[in-house]
Amino acid sequence: MKLKTAVIVATAMSLCAPVAYAELVVPWLSYRTGPYSPSGIPAADGFADYFTLLNERDGGIGGVPVRVLDCETGYNTQKGVECYEATKGEGSLVYSPLSTGITYQLIPRATADGIPIHSMGYGRTAAADGTIFSHIFNFPAHYWDGASIAVKHILSLNDGDISGKKIGLVYHNSAYGKEPIRTLEEFSEKHGYELMLIPVDHPGQEQKSQWLEIRREKPDYLLMWGWGVMNAVAIQEAANIRFPMENFIGIWWSGSENDVLPVGERAHGYKALALHGVGNGFPVFDDLQKFVVDAGMAAGAGDQVGTVLYNRGMYGALLIAEAIKTAQEIHGVADITPAMMRDGMEALEITEEKMTALGLPNFGPAFAVSCENHGGNGIAMVQQWDAENGEWNIISDMIQSDKEIINRLIMEDSAAYAAENNIEPRC
Amino acid sequence: MHEQLLFALEVSLNGLMTGVLYSLVALGFVLIFKASGVFNYAQGVMALFAALTLVGFQSGQVPFAHLINAVFGSNIHHFGWHLPVILSILLTLLVMVLLAVVIEKLVLKHLINQEPIVLFMATIGLAYFLEGFGDLMWGSEIKRLDVGIPQGISESIENFTFESLGYGFFIDRLDIVATAVAAVLVISLTVFSQYSRVGRALRAVADDHQAALSVGISLRYIWVVVWSVAGFVALVAGIMWGAKSGVQFSLSLIALKALPVLMLGGFTSIPGAIIGGLIIGVGEKLFEFLMGPLIGGATENWFAYVLALVFLVFRPQGLFGERIIERV
Repeated sequence: MKLKTAVIVATAMSLCAPVAYAELVVPWLSYRTGPYSPSGIPAADGFADYFTLLNERDGGIGGVPVRVLDCETGYNTQKGVECYEATKGEGSLVYSPLSTGITYQLIPRATADGIPIHSMGYGRTAAADGTIFSHIFNFPAHYWDGASIAVKHILSLNDGDISGKKIGLVYHNSAYGKEPIRTLEEFSEKHGYELMLIPVDHPGQEQKSQWLEIRREKPDYLLMWGWGVMNAVAIQEAANIRFPMENFIGIWWSGSENDVLPVGERAHGYKALALHGVGNGFPVFDDLQKFVVDAGMAAGAGDQVGTVLYNRGMYGALLIAEAIKTAQEIHGVADITPAMMRDGMEALEITEEKMTALGLPNFGPAFAVSCENHGGNGIAMVQQWDAENGEWNIISDMIQSDKEIINRLIMEDSAAYAAENNIEPRC
Repeated sequence: MHEQLLFALEVSLNGLMTGVLYSLVALGFVLIFKASGVFNYAQGVMALFAALTLVGFQSGQVPFAHLINAVFGSNIHHFGWHLPVILSILLTLLVMVLLAVVIEKLVLKHLINQEPIVLFMATIGLAYFLEGFGDLMWGSEIKRLDVGIPQGISESIENFTFESLGYGFFIDRLDIVATAVAAVLVISLTVFSQYSRVGRALRAVADDHQAALSVGISLRYIWVVVWSVAGFVALVAGIMWGAKSGVQFSLSLIALKALPVLMLGGFTSIPGAIIGGLIIGVGEKLFEFLMGPLIGGATENWFAYVLALVFLVFRPQGLFGERIIERV
């Protein structure tokens, strides 16, 4: 009797026990709540939807399904660190913090834990130096590339001569907003323009002082490193003082629909840098509609598809998916570990042929990552807001940043970081 | 006139205008604190909720559309109409009155005779609830608020000052409208509280709950009235701030700008909220103008609190607050 009972219990336990199956865990530190949620939601939706597409259409990556691990941070650095600590034990392959503050906090932790971080177009710029930052990647371009590309765009508008011009930087008074200052100072020496710094405190709802100063000082061009409501208020105030919109250029985090729509037709002509293509006129969106949105599997309401920040999240997911494929090829296994993922990211190569095959022709730059270079090739475009049609348009070719100066600055900063933290250069 | 002096004058004028916008938010706090001794932490969120509701009505948005679509698999978002501004404002006002009734019935009624800190904690809970409820009802995307308020530089003022002083001042037309609205609002609230029957009852409750109850004034009714009026003030603040930055979550953070105004002006004085707002507005703008370039700028957020704290050293109850006298 006892044996019979034991057999029944053992059978029942084995049936109820969770079945161990392979999955690729990809965390996304999201912010669907709080003051930055209008930006956090579309990015999170784009990221999740792309992996849902891969799961539904292709059966995952290399036959292994992907699980997006969404953890809410509210764009709060402390919560972001808590999210990381709470989820790193779940087999997390690579973190996307979507916050420069959180990225800064995670750099030493993730490096110690051997888990890669992908801070695409944000975070600590010097992390592009793979010899010091072994687990941090910020491809395809970083803030200093952005600063250089903005200056190059202004150069192209002035026949290559901007000496004597005055360029203002309206920036979020945080680690993020201050990132381009050093680079812009270097470029001002090289090109002979005068740099004017205009900090704006969080959240940036009230900017009257800053714009009165801009009106008095009359800069020729304005750059903006803003986020959240700060962007819309700045564009509104620029319109109020009749600053020419075509001379106002935001970084790629100041160039979404959220930033221009509240201003209405007065935002017409505002420019921003573009890490990737705009709109939903790419073949991959047909698949997204069919396999994700129409199938009722979209992460959100499906109303963000094709917006700038949705595309940003989707592009981030695509680059991670390609890095996973690379890691699988390198190691010959489908169910990879974080260490293998790091290898995959370091060997990632994106070509135009690959992007076309993925349904995104001319969407983003071709670039290659290496042990030394974690930042990609530093290429972006310029987009301009058309208020009449309510759409962004790409108005430039792919612009290559000034690597000569940027690489020197990166080496200086990463060397200082290495000295502070006793890191031996590798590669 | 010296150029720097003209700039300082322009900054001061803009500070006054900005101060009026701060006062609009502070007024809602004062009204509720005056009548019930409750510091309403949810006042900023009420401004956000009111603005969201206004845009929702105006654009014919279906409330809870995302929830309905998720549950029933439908795909509805808009009714297909656009309501006139006045009608939308009236409907929003109705919603704010309903909200006041619900808050009284579900929250305040159960907390009569509780310590002020308990009521304060309840308003914190209310703020978080209302924030999520607003998101669920109207969605979290940034919305454009267009109620026809003119925006941008006032060219007549610019031309006038240029001709008379040699430098054209910048004054935003939105700020001029906000100042006019605030003036009308303060006069209306003063007349309401001084001369109307309900206003007198409100003041009686503010002076002494027990005495007011003993002469037959319904505390619960007064609370509904006060929260409704605070809802109306929140709507006005939401319209003004929403027109500046779009209607989105950050609108609730304007409450942070009202706190130093309240500390300075006193929590129980309507004129105090106005004067406090003006002092904070001018003070922070002038400090930024004079000291900002020397210390790296972005001083406004913290300077407002420092200014309020300096005033508190000399008048702990605020400029117009009631002096607390406790005898042993």
